[in-house]
Amino acid sequence: MSVSQVIPSPRTTGDARDRILRYTLVERINHWIAGLSYIYCLITGLAFWSPYMFWMAIIVGGGPAARFWHPWFGLVFTASVLWMYRIWRSDMVTTDADRAWWKAAKYYIRNEDENLPPIGRFNYGQKMFFWLMFYGATLLALSGFALWFFESIPWSLRWLRYLAVAVHVAAGFATIGGFIIHVYMGTAMVRGGFTSIVRGEVSSAWAKTHHRLWYEQVTKKTSGQK
Amino acid sequence: MSQATLQIRRISGHAGPVPGAGVERAQTVCKLVDTTTCIGCKACEVACLEWNGYTFSETVFDNSYQTMPETAWNYWNLIKFNEHEREDGTLMLLMRKDQCMHCAEPGCLAACPADGAIVQYANGIVDFQQDHCIGCGYCVTGCPFNIPKFNPSTKKMFKCTLCADRVAQGLEPACIKACPTGCLHFGTKDDMTDLAETRAQQLREHYGFEKAGVYDPTGVGGTGVIYVLHDAANPEAYGGLPKNPHIPWVVRLWKGPAKWIGNLAMLGGIIGVALHYLRFGPKRVESAKDQKGGQP
Repeated sequence: MSVSQVIPSPRTTGDARDRILRYTLVERINHWIAGLSYIYCLITGLAFWSPYMFWMAIIVGGGPAARFWHPWFGLVFTASVLWMYRIWRSDMVTTDADRAWWKAAKYYIRNEDENLPPIGRFNYGQKMFFWLMFYGATLLALSGFALWFFESIPWSLRWLRYLAVAVHVAAGFATIGGFIIHVYMGTAMVRGGFTSIVRGEVSSAWAKTHHRLWYEQVTKKTSGQK
Repeated sequence: MSQATLQIRRISGHAGPVPGAGVERAQTVCKLVDTTTCIGCKACEVACLEWNGYTFSETVFDNSYQTMPETAWNYWNLIKFNEHEREDGTLMLLMRKDQCMHCAEPGCLAACPADGAIVQYANGIVDFQQDHCIGCGYCVTGCPFNIPKFNPSTKKMFKCTLCADRVAQGLEPACIKACPTGCLHFGTKDDMTDLAETRAQQLREHYGFEKAGVYDPTGVGGTGVIYVLHDAANPEAYGGLPKNPHIPWVVRLWKGPAKWIGNLAMLGGIIGVALHYLRFGPKRVESAKDQKGGQP
């Protein structure tokens, strides 16, 4: 493929019948609630993390405001992740197709997707990201309560504060790692992915390329209606 | 609170060096508390409240002479009382004035993320600057002495200032001024250490307190408040004075190596995905008209 070739997006490619619904409106709204609340927590959390990033708290209203809102946005993030768990849990179970795909993941990294076995609605990388965020959010919320209401912890239970700091930092960094890869892949690497989480639709070519089993499943179901 | 006339040695949550650090030499100041001559009168508690403008709050009766279980955001100075039974069965009424220890290496300052919310003056006083405080409470996690306290209405942290405002004007702290028995002394760290050691020696040689000694814990680099104890081997008996206080290792890890590991990992992640893009670029999907699927 030549570099000059225009990258097709689901919105501009083909006719209306070529579009396949990938994320419902509710899924998209929830994703962006999670995304925006996570970014707020990321900015303010990094401000509390390092003096060299404290200016990040200033741009969102100053240190005391950041301290006030960080836990509330954290709650919003946790709630939306729990909601994702409720609706996507069954989609996120590891299958034999995932195991086969994961063995060939190097081809995915090298963009040699023709060597990959077909997979369902989510690939194994997306599933790992989901579970990373699910367990990360759980740990962040649990440790976050101890940091939020630090003054309620008596001196005799001060180890709880130490534990909370360690867990919050470790879980925070694990999610940041996932977040960097997620944003990169969703915007720059997998073209069409970003549009799908904004407008909900992908082209059938996109679905066939990236999620063949899912494509076959949804087209079988809806072929009669076309 | 007032830093107008005091040089600053250390600033919490501060990116880069401390402005003006080291331009002026200052004597390290120190408070000496001789627990062997304290009678628990609590004049220091009242003087502290008066000077710092707090009203006397409700006391908590817990079957002892103690005003309340621990210091509070508006009660920085508390006589800790302990009825201590010695090995020979005799009783000792131990009274220790509890307040901020003004550590040479303060855990509160190390843990604090807010620029300038905690400062250490060149004279060693560790002071909270409430106008920069964000109320996160990390100082509580960093402190090995349970000193910083949270004011829930203003969401700011408070503690003993060692009367930095008085000291800056050449006065002794209010608690020292009020002590009727002379068990409280104030001066340079060297002078107070000499005085404390002399008193400890006196206790050992003339009063039969063979384990008498000075409490100036090295785990926090020494403190700006030192104690003479009848039994320096058992500081816990004096209202829970920690035997070997140090900044919690989690806090040291968090504010030390973890900072670098975390920052490098984040930077590595960003560089990693950028390199991936430069090397492999985006995944392209063939146009819908050419529905063979897969990569060309």
